[in-house]
Amino acid sequence: MTFDLSPPLLAIYIPLIGALLIALAGRWANLREGITLGTAAALFYTVIGIVPRVLAPDFWAGYAKAPPLRLIEVVPNVFLELKVEPLGMIFALIASALWILNSLYSIGYMRGNQERHQTRFYVCFALAISSVMGLAFAGNLFTLFVFYEMLTLTTYPLVAHKGTAEALRSARTYLGILVVTSVCFLLAGIIATYAYTHDLSFKPGGVFTKALASGELSAPVLGTLFLLYMYGIGKAALMPMHRWLPAAMVAPTPVSALLHAVAVVKAGVFTVVKVIVYTFGPLTLIKYHQGSWLIYVAGATILIASFIALFQDNLKRRLAYSTVSQLSYVIIAAALLSPISIMAAALHIAAHAFGKITLFFAAGSIYTAAHKTEVSQLDGIGRRMPFTMGAFTIGALSMIGLPPTAGFISKWYLLTAAWETEYAFVVGVIILSTLLNAGYFLPIIYRAFFRPSPRAANPGRHASSTDGLFGDEDDHSHAHGHHGEHGEAPWPMVLALCCTAAATIAFFFYSDLAIDLATQLRKGLLP
Amino acid sequence: MVDVQAHLPVLIVTVPLIGGILTIATGRGWKPWAWATFLTGTVFYFTIRLMMQVLASKTGMVSYELGNWPRQWGIEYRVDALNAFILLIVGGVGFITTIYAKLSVEKEIPADRVNFFYAVWVLAITGLLGITVTGDAFNVYVLLEISSLTVYALIAMGKDMHRGALTASLRYLILGSVGASFILLGIGYLMMITGTLNMQDMHDRLMSVPGILESRTVLVAFAFLLAGLGMKMAMFPLHMWLPRAYTYAPSAVSALLAATATKVGVYMAFRFLFTIFGVGFSFGMMPSGLVLLLCASAGILVTGVTAIRQTNLKRMLAYSSVGQLGYIVLGFALANLHGIAGSVAHIFNHAVMKGGMFMALGAVVYRTGRCDIRSVRGLGKQMPLTLAAFTVGGLGLIGFPLTAGFISKWYLVQGCLERPGGWPLAAVVLIGSLLAVVYTWRVVEAAYFQEPDPGTPPVEEAPLMMLIPMWTLIGASIYFGINATFTGHIALTAARSLLGGAP
Amino acid sequence: MTGVLGIYNYWIYVILMMIGLYGVIAKPNLIKQAIALGLFQTGIFLYYISMAVIDGGTAPVWTTVQDGAQKFQGPYDNPLPHVLILTAIVVSVSVLAVALALIINIKRRYGTIEADEIEAMDIADRLAEFHAGAAADAVDEAAAEGHGLEHAHGGHHHG
Repeated sequence: MTFDLSPPLLAIYIPLIGALLIALAGRWANLREGITLGTAAALFYTVIGIVPRVLAPDFWAGYAKAPPLRLIEVVPNVFLELKVEPLGMIFALIASALWILNSLYSIGYMRGNQERHQTRFYVCFALAISSVMGLAFAGNLFTLFVFYEMLTLTTYPLVAHKGTAEALRSARTYLGILVVTSVCFLLAGIIATYAYTHDLSFKPGGVFTKALASGELSAPVLGTLFLLYMYGIGKAALMPMHRWLPAAMVAPTPVSALLHAVAVVKAGVFTVVKVIVYTFGPLTLIKYHQGSWLIYVAGATILIASFIALFQDNLKRRLAYSTVSQLSYVIIAAALLSPISIMAAALHIAAHAFGKITLFFAAGSIYTAAHKTEVSQLDGIGRRMPFTMGAFTIGALSMIGLPPTAGFISKWYLLTAAWETEYAFVVGVIILSTLLNAGYFLPIIYRAFFRPSPRAANPGRHASSTDGLFGDEDDHSHAHGHHGEHGEAPWPMVLALCCTAAATIAFFFYSDLAIDLATQLRKGLLP
Repeated sequence: MVDVQAHLPVLIVTVPLIGGILTIATGRGWKPWAWATFLTGTVFYFTIRLMMQVLASKTGMVSYELGNWPRQWGIEYRVDALNAFILLIVGGVGFITTIYAKLSVEKEIPADRVNFFYAVWVLAITGLLGITVTGDAFNVYVLLEISSLTVYALIAMGKDMHRGALTASLRYLILGSVGASFILLGIGYLMMITGTLNMQDMHDRLMSVPGILESRTVLVAFAFLLAGLGMKMAMFPLHMWLPRAYTYAPSAVSALLAATATKVGVYMAFRFLFTIFGVGFSFGMMPSGLVLLLCASAGILVTGVTAIRQTNLKRMLAYSSVGQLGYIVLGFALANLHGIAGSVAHIFNHAVMKGGMFMALGAVVYRTGRCDIRSVRGLGKQMPLTLAAFTVGGLGLIGFPLTAGFISKWYLVQGCLERPGGWPLAAVVLIGSLLAVVYTWRVVEAAYFQEPDPGTPPVEEAPLMMLIPMWTLIGASIYFGINATFTGHIALTAARSLLGGAP
Repeated sequence: MTGVLGIYNYWIYVILMMIGLYGVIAKPNLIKQAIALGLFQTGIFLYYISMAVIDGGTAPVWTTVQDGAQKFQGPYDNPLPHVLILTAIVVSVSVLAVALALIINIKRRYGTIEADEIEAMDIADRLAEFHAGAAADAVDEAAAEGHGLEHAHGGHHHG
């Protein structure tokens, strides 16, 4: 066991220590929140410090030889180990950067809504971030699986946060789907990989080449393994394993924002890309003609999820289905197996994060300030909450993929890749889904800014929203009095969402870092 | 001064055997407990020394002839990596549960019988240790009966126990005696054809005399032994005695039994199937591999589903124990390296996890007087450490990474995949862990996300005397989940020697 | 004495054992079950004892012949199984003792020693336990559905 405090390890420890301190400071809310912010800042600083290493021009030359950071030998010959590579770097950067903003937002949200069990909330949040860091820097499949499961476990209390029967039921769906897929398929796939290759490490080009060449492993078995992995990674929300994501929306909005728009779901697609790139190897998959089904399943997921989103009245649910469809953009990009498409996948992990977190932040602000959860209630809200709805618009544009937002960049790469690989299907899916995206986001913006707000806030509001997942406005009946006159949400929330909206635009203009990292990832693919 | 090192194998049995009987003379109050703790502590120390001795020896085993009688005439105690490991488990868990027992026994056992309770308790541990250490088949039977008789008594010793404890104990007694008699018969047939009672000699003769393995005597012996062992280790569908016995027994007894008793039954199966008959006969010539695999798979699935439906948490854990035993049986029935290694590892891993979980439930009983699913509602706040222990143990049952249960699953699934056409077995192992998710999660939900029933008085955290042993076991389940090189090494060594046929 | 009848001792043991096994399984009376268990085990003892006997064998006792030299007289039976079975008899007596102790206590707590009646009472116990749980759950559900609003209200404000 090493106690080496090198940065990747530090990135796991910092949130862990933060969680401990938060638990200890539970009684003093200001101190507790201070610690959360401090931890987030320290984490981001640490993660930024790793970037130059990855961008070094001779990175790949030394990659194979560089020993992983071995923490412990769990089973003989199977280590818990860390190793930094560009894809994980992108993921870690985004998660740690957005954690800062999200913490700020959480403070406003949790206080504004007088949520209970706030200490448990912040502790679990920090633990989840620690798992995300472990996931991002995992040095082999085993480590990846360990942190993947930790992430499921640490986010469970956040989803079940409210403790109502409804929340518990949704949390059960959440845990059920994620654990079933990961244990039945992902773990089986990993153990089978180990049985065939005795090598779980991440190598550009994959680990199966030797076993395939010697005939130990046949192409159909390789295909089966690929299937196990793709459906084993339930967090990627590939249909029909996507149901946990709408269910998870029962959680407080900051959880939906960071975890179910950024960290958890991105952990899923990140794992998909990582497995395709480093375990299977795009060239191996092409050579043995495996995995092209993924393009069609992901394409179908994009369209079906977008279509479902069209008909969701609940704002968070609509966003959740939008996430399901956006995740499959990443999967479809990875499944194209060309260098450009892998780049597109990596970039979309980043680009989608900024836009989607903004949208969720906006949804949470609306809920906090106006106690509204349904799209149909949003008439005229843009005039009361200009910042929130302005940010929402930017996020929505990014989802649609219009310049000057982050979504444009990744979509551009994806379209290029689809064109190059001559998959007309993919091009068609992208065009159609762009239309659908516009179809479910633009009406919201239209309502918010151009429809008159219903005067004289109607007192019968209760009836419309007591049934659902998000019908807990009743907790705040004391706030009824000034419903008609609400303004913006508390300032920390507005500040956070303006920052993310700004970042969504900034990503369009200053995307060098992300593109450099993605390019570095692409370089690893070329032999 | 006696050379302890040279006599370790026999001291492991004689010290608690004599000391256990003396426990009766220690009177009332805390003294019987202190004496029992001292005895089990000493035995634990001996088992550690013995483990070190085995690991250090060049042959990988230690042989001890009782009274210096050569092994043809006398009894030989023979310890290799496998039984040194089981001894360590029984000794360690025995010691820890004895410490734990103090408070729960004070509450659940009549004050005037505490000395008898600890006497029987120590003798039960003695029997289990004896079965494990001996290399003589008849000695196995005698010590088996010592442990069984004492366990029957332990189950029915509670003060305000549910009357079901009595019937549970009697049912266990009858089934257990029938099972033990089958084992006795099997040993008799083996002795008839080999003319010896020493396990190693039996094996040598079965291997060396041509045609002997086809003889009807050997087949009959094998059949009787398999049935008897199945009953003793509560292999599905011969497990009927177990759920009731674990449910109604005093808390400490449930913890001890769950962690050790069936494990020693499995150990006997190892010895008889692998060491005496040899892997070629047991799993090559006989279809026992298939039978055991089917029973184990059915056991994992059926008891998993049954466990989900229980409202009494002790009964839930009891069914879960039968299911977990299915993993152990499944592992060795695969008869390949990783399968057996997984099986051996799971003996240890399950012992610490389930022992710790039963202790946690015992603490809940100690504080609330109940152990149904409703009684744990909201306890996550009132008894955080106890419920956390239960949760971590449950994660282990699920086979969550970085808990001991994961290690066993890792080996078991590998073993399943090594067997041609074994992937459905791998699926069974994995589905079994999903069932574990369901039944543990019911408790987690109730404890952390539900409010206590109105009208139930608030309770305090369990006393330290319970928390420390509980967390020692649960801590071990985490430690050996993060760093399983020790258990993995022992399990692989034991598996290799079992497959090689030599003990 | 050859053929099937030539091994009559084994037949006796098998028959005894089967009678015992039948009694254990089929007799509802617990005392009878205990007796049957004893019979079952006695069958096995007979098996051990007869297995060691050889035709015309004697007890393996040293006898002094002339000049103080000692030797065995003639063929002798294998003493080992006989010795073993002494232990087994002790075990079986202890089992019987524990069984009787349990049966006495069962009689005290249940008022009967008929297995089927006891089983019926056990099932009644379990059912009562189950119904208590189910009733409580039903109350909970009713509270959650029917009065969900008030409930949620109360819960959240007290936290």
